[in-house]
Amino acid sequence: MKETSDKPEKDQEEKIPAMQTLIDNPFLLLFIGVAMPTVFYLIWGIMEIVTIPVAP
Amino acid sequence: MTSFMPPAERIWWKVPVGREEIVWILIALTWCLIMFFMMPYWHIYGKQNLSNEAYQTTPAKYGAKVQEGIDQHKVGEEAGVPIVHPPAGSDVYMLGRLWQWWPILELEKDKTYRLHLSSMDWQHGFSVQPININMQVVPGYEMVLTVTPDQAGEYGVVCNEYCGIGHHTMVGKIYVKE
Amino acid sequence: MAQFRTCPDTGLYFHKSAESLIKANAVAAAVALLVAGVLGLLVVLTRWQAVHLLPADQFYMALTAHGIDALIFWIIFFEMAVLYVASSVLLRSRLATPFWGWVQFVLMLVGAIMTNWAIFQGNSSVMMTSYAPMQAAPHFYLGLILFAVGALIGCFVFFGTLVVAKQEKTYDGSIPLVTFGAVTAAIIAVFTIASGAIILVPTFFWSIGYISHIDAEMYRIVWWGMGHSSQQINVAAHVAIWYLIAGLVFGARPMSEKVSRSAYLLYILFLQLACAHHILVDPGVSAEWKVFNTSYAMYLAVLASMIHGLTVPGSIEVAQRAKGFNNGLFEWLRKAPWDNPVFSSMFISLVTFGFLGGITGVVMGTEQINLIIHNTIYVPAHFHATVVTGTTMAFMGVTFFLIPVLFRRQMILPGLAKLQPYIFGGGMTILILFMLGAGTLGVSRRHWDMDFTGAALGFDYPGMAYTLMGIGAFGGVIGVVGGAAFLLITVGSLLFGKKLEPSAGLLQSFGVPLAASCYTDERPAILPRAAAAEGHHGSSFEAPGTFVLALVLLVTFVVYYFINWKYLASVWQLS
Ligand code: HEM
Ligand SMILES: [Cu+2]
Ligand SMILES: [Cu+2]
Repeated sequence: MKETSDKPEKDQEEKIPAMQTLIDNPFLLLFIGVAMPTVFYLIWGIMEIVTIPVAP
Repeated sequence: MTSFMPPAERIWWKVPVGREEIVWILIALTWCLIMFFMMPYWHIYGKQNLSNEAYQTTPAKYGAKVQEGIDQHKVGEEAGVPIVHPPAGSDVYMLGRLWQWWPILELEKDKTYRLHLSSMDWQHGFSVQPININMQVVPGYEMVLTVTPDQAGEYGVVCNEYCGIGHHTMVGKIYVKE
Repeated sequence: MAQFRTCPDTGLYFHKSAESLIKANAVAAAVALLVAGVLGLLVVLTRWQAVHLLPADQFYMALTAHGIDALIFWIIFFEMAVLYVASSVLLRSRLATPFWGWVQFVLMLVGAIMTNWAIFQGNSSVMMTSYAPMQAAPHFYLGLILFAVGALIGCFVFFGTLVVAKQEKTYDGSIPLVTFGAVTAAIIAVFTIASGAIILVPTFFWSIGYISHIDAEMYRIVWWGMGHSSQQINVAAHVAIWYLIAGLVFGARPMSEKVSRSAYLLYILFLQLACAHHILVDPGVSAEWKVFNTSYAMYLAVLASMIHGLTVPGSIEVAQRAKGFNNGLFEWLRKAPWDNPVFSSMFISLVTFGFLGGITGVVMGTEQINLIIHNTIYVPAHFHATVVTGTTMAFMGVTFFLIPVLFRRQMILPGLAKLQPYIFGGGMTILILFMLGAGTLGVSRRHWDMDFTGAALGFDYPGMAYTLMGIGAFGGVIGVVGGAAFLLITVGSLLFGKKLEPSAGLLQSFGVPLAASCYTDERPAILPRAAAAEGHHGSSFEAPGTFVLALVLLVTFVVYYFINWKYLASVWQLS
């Protein structure tokens, strides 16, 4: 396989796009990946349960 | 060269995506949106939706309501289980407990009832057969379903949530009369 | 000083400590699969009403243990091995804190043994879901907690290794796609284990009497935060393995890094919301919550799976066409190495996961449709398509690859190995299809007796339900034969396979390193970026055959989806 790392690269300077920065950052992803289901599934779900009225 | 090596380009985000993938993504996304909107659509135009009407309760409290229903509308008994014929449109109470559905219901075809379900002990599964309607029955919660049986016949209520060693003997009945 | 070994056949680098941990976890996984398989046989022979093997109490005990040993212990032990491969091996990096790696292993092992012990003592036949207020023995929960803590530590060793690799610059550019898939799996695992802790720790205290009450509905919501998410770990992991095997067998490269990684990002964002699949017919939860969560926020995670479903076989097609298999739409597929179990396992995994597991899962996860399926035998049929023919077969495929490479033993019984994926996949597919059918006839899951022997009021299933369960069970028996063949080949190879390295003995299979001379202190060469692709992306399709297959999937999906709405429309009116 060809070693591409040491060949002179014109793109070496170019700024990495935001989306790639996000995808390349496992800890940011970890944060989002835990926050999403915690908020939408767990917290919202538990709120639904605790707000069920008491039977007449 | 392969999936287990770092991407060839340092900035792979900007590598153009092939035509084939774009087309497929658009098709798939369309299908996903259709599936998504089917659910609200069915809430508006469909005839089989679950209400989220439910109440917190206790076994004692709920058991008393079921008993009251039996006292008022009992019309018979089968294998030791009371048969209840509630008036059309009324509130109907059924409970699950180890290992019985209690009481037996006698309903009228094409009439609408508010069916209440709860458990006295563990979780049970309310599975009406052979029509195949399935609900989770949870202790501490009283669930209300507005149901209109539109086919007459004899229905079994199978427990389809595992509830201990007698689980397979937990069968109830619903009669739908013309 | 970290020591490394280079595999002479593949050029993969193994950090000594990582290598030992991978082996230990893989072997523990295989043992769990063995136990689960034996129990699966007992379970399926009991559900076959004509055989009806076990008495009720033993059936429920066996089913509890089958679910836990298969779904939790086999899969998660193996996933720990996958995480170490994806981080240390694929990135050519030393493993961060091997000590904590061993803590992971020991905790998981102790936990697995403890929970099994509790189950087989007989007082914890509560199914893997252990729905409160049904109560198991305290060490049933404690074992699961220890196991989960171990798995969490494994995830952090994985993340730590990513940091080490980055700092020590063991690779150039972004991490490989396969490793990114493992990152996705590990992220989902963290949420999974957190939910597990939130619910199992109080449940444990409840079982020893320190807490008086566990709310049953709260339990269900939080438990499924763990129970369903852990299935999403499997999806992320086995898709990564599909990509890995496509790369190993065909030298395939992802069609587009951007597309594949974005699909994984959709998994990270949305996949776990689908825990709500299990709560669709529960009391008191609003339709908004159900619709939003059960659809992974507008099916964006399904979109991701459909993308992988195109790009994995698509990457194979592109690689095959480059080799000259260019005739017609499908020569690339016909000429694939169908007698290589690494490939055939992977391909069966891909197809059954998509056509059987994926479609049934989305259909029954539809808010209203769930009510005609919930808790019927359709549900186990669905998840045997996802987690057995899907995940398990992907893991089996990669195991065939790892035996010579990692364990340095030649595989025994190559003839049987060629057939094994077809026996296992074929048998399980029969089980799946016929149990799906029985489920639509209302046959209950987790149910000892379709005849309701001893019930005061009876109910008769149609004769067809018995037939379907019988044929399905027959398929299950074939599946067990295939599973046994897998274990025979793998364990047999570790014991009797020709040694590709003289020091590859029995203890080495359990994680003892090979002879010292195999390893060097030298750091592996930096992992280079892949070579740039030759120019393509014209206006024509690169993988037309795959595109046609994808359309077949879509049509099947659409038809089956609307059939189920139609079926729903035929039941009593509910509102
Ligand atoms: C080897 C062949 C296998 C056979 C014949 C088999 C058969 C079965 C059957 C018939 C059931 C349903 C019983 C019921 O609900 O009444 C079942 C349940 C289950 N199986 Fe398997 N299975 C096999 C392998 C596996 C594997 C490899 C996995 C996981 C990776 C697995 C995971 C499960 C789970 C999680 C359950 C549900 C347990 C529960 O309801 O709590 N099975 N199996
Ligand atoms: Cu029950
Ligand atoms: Cu039951």
